[in-house]
Parts: sequence; structure tokens; C-alpha cells
Amino acid sequence: MSALLTLDGVSRSFGGLRAVDNVSLEIAPGEIVGLIGPNGAGKSTLINVVSGVHPATAGRVVFDGRDITRAKPHAIARGGVARTFQVVQPFPNMTVRENIAAGGAFAGRIASLKQAMQEAGELAAGVGLGDLVDQPANTLTLARRKRLELAKSLAMKPKLLFLDEVNAGLNPAEIDDALALIRRIAEQGVTIVLVEHLMKVVVGISERIVVLQNGALIADDTPEAVLNNQKVIEAYLGKKYAAALSAEGGGP
Amino acid sequence: MRDWLILGVGTLLFGLLALSGDTYLLRLGTMLAMYAVLAMSWNFIGGMTGYPSFATAAFFGLGAYTSAILQAAQMPMAVGWAAAGLVAGGFALLIGLPILRLKGHYFAIASLSIGEILREVVNTSEEITGGGMGMNLPLLRLPPEVQAQAFYLCMLGLAVLTTAVAILVHHGRLGFAFRCIEQNEDAATVLGVDTRTFKTAAFGLSAVFSGVAGAIYGNWVHYIEPLDVFDIMHSVKPLVMVLLGGLGTLFGPIFGAIVFLALEEAVWRNFLGVHAAVLGVLIVAMVLFLPRGLATSFEQIARRFRGKAA
Repeated sequence: MSALLTLDGVSRSFGGLRAVDNVSLEIAPGEIVGLIGPNGAGKSTLINVVSGVHPATAGRVVFDGRDITRAKPHAIARGGVARTFQVVQPFPNMTVRENIAAGGAFAGRIASLKQAMQEAGELAAGVGLGDLVDQPANTLTLARRKRLELAKSLAMKPKLLFLDEVNAGLNPAEIDDALALIRRIAEQGVTIVLVEHLMKVVVGISERIVVLQNGALIADDTPEAVLNNQKVIEAYLGKKYAAALSAEGGGP
Repeated sequence: MRDWLILGVGTLLFGLLALSGDTYLLRLGTMLAMYAVLAMSWNFIGGMTGYPSFATAAFFGLGAYTSAILQAAQMPMAVGWAAAGLVAGGFALLIGLPILRLKGHYFAIASLSIGEILREVVNTSEEITGGGMGMNLPLLRLPPEVQAQAFYLCMLGLAVLTTAVAILVHHGRLGFAFRCIEQNEDAATVLGVDTRTFKTAAFGLSAVFSGVAGAIYGNWVHYIEPLDVFDIMHSVKPLVMVLLGGLGTLFGPIFGAIVFLALEEAVWRNFLGVHAAVLGVLIVAMVLFLPRGLATSFEQIARRFRGKAA
């Protein structure tokens, strides 16, 4: 099957800093891919490159057969790439329903606002915000704002969905709910790239894990293989501890 | 639906005022309609979209001069007015593309400079505009009361048109996009809102009706000069009216225009020497005590009463 998203030698520099360094990567339709790496590895920057917020300074991004390297963010969104933000970005004074409807009306190409509002109500119920559709978004708790982000991006009817730390700051029970929700989204045929710090979460849900370090791709494999990859262990623990660990003969 | 009903009733009530032959009352009415047009126009870009524009005077003056120049070339008044709207709107679309890249204070300053630049252009193009001498507009051969009634009805008609467009925008996709941009522009982009196009549209909308208002104003007072039509107060007053009435609300700008005109008249009559200072203090007081504007405050008070009755 041909890839949904292809990154070909993609780099992004900010002045002298290469936040993403020569990354090549293919994502097939229907996959759930975990994207991990230490703080500052370039995970969020990679999402920004694909969604057009910070376009690549070198290389090519091809999505669904189209070169989107230089496309504007709103055009990429309309083409089927949705993302949530690590720091949630609701429209604070709009209701939950209006927040979600914006995704449907603009990226989701629903012609009538009325219909977008109606579908927003259904999506809100789907992520467990059904009782709160008419509340302003700024009254929601963090866990609910994260779900709102999710509902907003679902309203866009994406082919590819980037989830940027949707589980950060949630308690274990909330994380279980969020994971169940992500699985349901994947079952609807949406390809998902999950950026996550919590190893348990990524390993549990991803079919494949991609690891970034200092902007470069250092591993791209099944979860088990990635966890035993020497480079990955070094990236997370440092060379000294990684060596000590392998001397003891244990895995992570 | 409710909004169209309010517009219909309002039009009828204000239309009846035209029957009065009192020229003072008609002058006030014409000013009120003009203020309402400018305030609603500003609300498209400043209120709904959240870009604090100080370009209203630029559009007002550009409209006034476009119409005056065409009428000096023997074109009919109506052609001058229509052209004023088109030129002001087209100019806003052109200038909007570069300056709407700026945000906040930077955008405010850039928009402020547009009027100043246009004023200098008009000042120095003496062959066409008469420069600082200003331009006379053709006198109508009608009795003064009839003229007062006619200009009142024209300005009222423009206000009704502006309100009708505002209602359509407010409930439509356009207004929804404006509000998304006002709330969080980056998030709006990622949700598929083409922010550049929508911002430019908001700026264009704010210019069209201001331009026509300037053109009607020119014929109404028969004489325009750069210092008058490009006066910075034409940019500041609409902003104050919208703040008084309720930022981004539909009818707030009209409320604001009524209150502002009432204040201006009352203060101007009673404190001729220091009227600007007194007006300033009143405005500061109102913005301090009614920070979300009259329209929003009325709604809150009404809700409280309804809550008690229930």
C-alpha cells in the first residue's frame, strides 16, 4: 500500500539550531505510530512542519499524493491533517459546541453552520462532553479541554491525526479513558501519530514506534525492538547508565 | 429572526423622525445614523475580528474625496457615493494584505498611519483635490428642510443597509470565522480557517460603508477639507462607541452611537470650553464601570431580573 504521509530528508532550522534534522519517514494508512524522544528532541517541531505552522527548511513532505511542503496551514488542515496542541488551544469564550463546530465548518467543509453545530453536539457526546456543549470552553477542567481538542480535530474529518501529548497532566483513570477513545478513533480508519512521554501509553497502543533525538531519527521499529535498541536506551538514560544497565544483563 | 424584527421596527421608528421639519432634530438624526454606520463598520474588524483598527478616518476621507472628485467631473451624486464605497473597500483589501500581518499595537499604529498618509496625498495633489483649500460640492436646489430630510433618510438608509449586512455576517460563516480569529488566530488556522482572507474581508467590510458615509457627509455639508474628513476623531469615536455598546455584539455599536451622541450633545452645550475634557472623563468612567459594554450589561441585568422572577 502506498504511504499516506512521506517525509523525505526533512529538516527545520531555527537560526543555527536544527530542530528537525534530515528525517525520512513513511506512514501507511490506518497505522497507529508512536513518536517518542527526550525533551527537545523535535517531536512537536516535526508536527509543526507537517501541519505547515513551521514549514520545512529542507526536504519534502508528501501527504495523500500531494506535495504539502510549502502549503499554508489552513490548506493542509482542509486536506486532511489534524492535530491537537500540547498546550491546549481552545477558543476560550466560545461554547464547547462552537469550538468543535469550527473544525467541521472550516477544515471539515460542512457548508451549513447549522449542520456543523449539530454534528458538533454529536462529537461532544462521543468524547464525553455531551452535558457541557453550551458551556464556554474556559470553564472546562484540563482533562476535558484535552477531550475538547480531540473532538475539535475529529470534526475536521482528518485522514491523519497528530495527538501531541493528549495524556500529559491526566491522572491514570483519565488516561485509560483517553486511550479507549484513541482506539475508537483508530477503528474508524483514522491514521494516528501519537506523541507521548508516558512509555506505558505509547507501548500499549502503538503498532510501531519512531524515536527522535536532537532532531534526528534514531529508531523506527516495533515497540519491543525499540525498547531494546541500544541507541534509544542511551538517548533516554545517557551512555554511562546504558552501559551499566547492559552490564547487569537486564533490559529496561 | 428576532434581529430582523428589531431592524424592521427600528427602521420604522427612525424613519418617522424624517417627517419632522425640525432641522436641529434632523441634523442630530443624520449624525446619529452616520455614527451608527461608522461604529458598526469598525465592529467588523475591531470587535468581531479583534484587530484594533484606526483606519476609519482614512476610509471616511477616501470616500468623501472619491465622491467629491467624481462630482466635480459632473458625475451624478449617486455614482459618486457608489464609487466611494467601492474605492474605499478596494483600497482596504489592498492595504489590508500587508498590514493585517501585524497584530495588536503594531497593527493599530500601521492602520493609524494610513489616514495620515492619505491626508498628505490629498494635501499635495492640489490640481485634483484643491489641497488644503478643500473642495466645494454641488449645492442642491431644494429648500433647507427638504434637504435635511433627504440627507437624514439617505444616512438612515445606509445605517439600515450596514445593520442588515452585520446581521448576515453575525449569523453566518463569515462572522464565525471572524470570532475564531478574534479568540485564537493560530488555533483557527490549524482548524482550516483561511485567516488572511477572512481578516482582509473584515477590513474590507469595515471600509465600504465608512467610505459611503464619508461621501454622503460631503454632500450634506457641501464642503470637505483634509483636516475635517481625515480627522483622527473619525477613527477614535467609533471605537469608543463600540466599547460603550459592547465589543463584537450585533446591536451594541448602535446603542453606543446613541449614548455617545447624547453625551457629546449634552456636554458640548453645557461645557463649551472644556467639553473634550468632560467627555473624556465620562468615557473613562463608562468603560471602567461597564467594561463589557451596555448591550452585555443590559443582558446581564435582564437575566438577573428573570432569575428573580422565576
